[in-house]
Amino acid sequence: MATFVTRRLIASIFIFLAATYLMYVLVALSGDPLADLRDSTAPNKLQLIEARTALLNLDVPPFLRYFIWIGGVLGLRGTGFFDLGVTVQNQPVNILLSQAIGSTLQLVTIAAVLAIILGLVVGITTALRQYSGYDYGVTFLAFLFFSLPIFWVAVLLKQYVAIGFNDFLRDPQIAWWVIATFAVVSGLIWASVIPGAPRRKLITFAIAAGSAAAVLMYMQLTDWFSYPHIGIVGVAISAVGIAFGVTAVSTGLKRRAALRASLIVAGVGIAMYYPFMLGFSFYLAPWSIALLALATIGVSFGIGWFTGGNDPAPVARTAAITGFFVAAVIALDRYMSVWDDYTQSSRINGRPIATIGSQTPGLEGSVWVLGVDTFTHLLLPTIALVLISFAGYTRYSRASLLEVMNQDYIRTARAKGLTERTVVMRHAFRNALIPIATIVAFDVGSIIGGAVITERVFGWTGMGALFQNGLDKVDPNPVMAFFLVTGSLAIIFNLIADLVYAGLDPRIRVS
Amino acid sequence: MMSNIPVEQSGRSGPGASEPGVTDSENSIELKNIRGLSQAQIVRKRFFRHRGALVAMIVLVFVIVLAFTSVGTIIGDFKTGGWWAYTWNIAVAIENGGRPTLSLFPFAIGNHPFGQDEVGRDIFAVVMRGTQQSLMIMVIVGAIATTIGTVVGAISGFYRGWPDSVLMRFTDVIITIPVIVIGAVLGRRFGDFGAPILAIILGLVLWTGMARLVRGEFLSLREREFVDAARVAGARDRRIIFRHILPNAVGVIIVNATLLMAAAILIETGLSFLGYGVQAPDTSLGKIISENQAAFGTRPWLFWWPGLFIITIALCVNFIGDGMRDAFDPRQRRMPSDRLLRRAKLGEVDPELSAVVTRRARS
Repeated sequence: MATFVTRRLIASIFIFLAATYLMYVLVALSGDPLADLRDSTAPNKLQLIEARTALLNLDVPPFLRYFIWIGGVLGLRGTGFFDLGVTVQNQPVNILLSQAIGSTLQLVTIAAVLAIILGLVVGITTALRQYSGYDYGVTFLAFLFFSLPIFWVAVLLKQYVAIGFNDFLRDPQIAWWVIATFAVVSGLIWASVIPGAPRRKLITFAIAAGSAAAVLMYMQLTDWFSYPHIGIVGVAISAVGIAFGVTAVSTGLKRRAALRASLIVAGVGIAMYYPFMLGFSFYLAPWSIALLALATIGVSFGIGWFTGGNDPAPVARTAAITGFFVAAVIALDRYMSVWDDYTQSSRINGRPIATIGSQTPGLEGSVWVLGVDTFTHLLLPTIALVLISFAGYTRYSRASLLEVMNQDYIRTARAKGLTERTVVMRHAFRNALIPIATIVAFDVGSIIGGAVITERVFGWTGMGALFQNGLDKVDPNPVMAFFLVTGSLAIIFNLIADLVYAGLDPRIRVS
Repeated sequence: MMSNIPVEQSGRSGPGASEPGVTDSENSIELKNIRGLSQAQIVRKRFFRHRGALVAMIVLVFVIVLAFTSVGTIIGDFKTGGWWAYTWNIAVAIENGGRPTLSLFPFAIGNHPFGQDEVGRDIFAVVMRGTQQSLMIMVIVGAIATTIGTVVGAISGFYRGWPDSVLMRFTDVIITIPVIVIGAVLGRRFGDFGAPILAIILGLVLWTGMARLVRGEFLSLREREFVDAARVAGARDRRIIFRHILPNAVGVIIVNATLLMAAAILIETGLSFLGYGVQAPDTSLGKIISENQAAFGTRPWLFWWPGLFIITIALCVNFIGDGMRDAFDPRQRRMPSDRLLRRAKLGEVDPELSAVVTRRARS
């Protein structure tokens, strides 16, 4: 296994080096880096040209200039390790990169993860409910999203989601017909997803539509959009729901130990609600939130492990997943509790959903307020990126699962009396993941490409701007900084795909 | 993942021969249904059964005819006129504040159905010209990328060994760079030379996925008996590649080519949006949106129409690709609805449906 990974890693590093060479030469040859100076009327024009030539080594042809650059990156030029050179304006690229990298990586990672999860869930449910109304609806939507230009979607989102929602917040009254439509639509979706005879479908429809309408009415009556909250009751209901749901998917409800462990974890989560909300959540820094999340997963895992009996691993897994989701709900409530402070702050002025930039300049507040600020800025670009890439994943995972479900070993698994859950989750799903893993890794490049366009529409000064400004000035250094980061991201995703691949398919480990 | 129909020289062997889990009786029904049809006829028959693809095809032909006849076209020195009163580069007096005159109730086209921009250009003419450019780029990119990808994939899949290593490592290098990034870099250099050159450049970048797919197909097909038979009969490599293996891989190639063309149109519009695609004075759908996105609040029609045309074209091509996949790959066949199935059980529907019913009832 280790040899397999090392071999793949070394191969990808060489391929990546070749790609950087190609990219550097192409950028350097894409235009004349001195064009603006040549046209200038400055009296010291010749000196300026000379200065820039000396600064960027323009007297060396691009085919060789690459080696000066890569020497700097590898720390061979005595200027320290990972020296990316300077831009045309003599700014160090390292500093520009460190300013740009955070927001873009955040956007790309969140969008990729969300798109993968959503795509898998929707693709698998459509495959399991093949030829239902839900399946046809999702198929059509997937084709539509597949055909959408991302910049067009982004502009529409800005106009209708951001500006529309902000206008709505000024006087958050939901019209009765909106409530009715929402209820009917969610009823229809659930009725087509959940199988059953017409009578049962009708009951599903009634329950789904009724609860959707009830939730909206509750939000309306409590002015929820101005003061969003989940509250201890909401957290308790969702925690128990999560415990049952995760157990049902992960081990099946028949596994009493798993259900018990999940319910214990849910109970611990509910018990921690007030101490967290009113107590120690005020003293947290960003890194300690991450630490807390890890600790939660660890504690839940431990609870599962020690109550799991003879075969504790699946129980511990179930408990850990439950713990993660319950903690997420509580954290969400904590974020919601500062929503009012956030929207009323002088920087926001009651128009929270941002259309420009990756953060509100000069905003001050707790970790939670800043978190909400990041959320409102990430929301629209993430939606744009997710919409477009998740359509593809939906199609792939649907096709892949259908292919697997028609295999003989699935028939065998059913014939020996396994439950449908075991057949789908253990026999079919894992095998269906193998081709999906390749495609997903392959596709990260297109998410990054989409991010360049999305960042431009939303006015982010991230990696996309670094790339574009560099390219416009025929300046390879910032462009290569962009490519180093995005390219290594693609390679990391490919490596993860290989690991997943090897983990899923023993045949690969052998060869 | 994709399979295709084994076509022997004569093209008469039925589909489904290698399908897993299909019994002889089902096969015989399948075979009876397509007996005496050539491969092309079978594929055509299946394609036309895919209603979405059929509608998409009609819409796409309509868009193509509309775009090329309405405002005429210029390719190099070749020029044709059109039946539309305005052209894309000449501004006329602004009527009605530039608002679109198209209305459905009562139906009226008016002078400027899609409206006018702030200098008075007729947006219908501009959008038609942009559509022409996007369609042309789509076709050129599709042709070039498909050719290169097929040749590269065929050589490395057929010969394996060092040609395979060299070609596939080269493919890996290109794949590492996101398409929009390498497209932008090349577009900055070659965008000024006009849309056809830009299309050729994009085609030189987009072949990688095709190459990988064709290689995989060749790797598995070259081990089949009919290739051995051809070799024993004394056929040369070139003949085996072009006459024996390639016809069997054509399904995968055509399907992927349509999807590639749909991707090409989105990439071109994206590049034009960023400013690295088609350059002024010419126009393209992405460029129109890019120029007018700030005016969305005041003149939304400048934004809606080019976007709708991009979506229409991409959606149609995607649907046609889906229909092609169904036509070439019998395993991915669309199954009939429950109502049809019930009728089929009563014996009202044609035998092929009943074959599907038996298979579905069993799984």
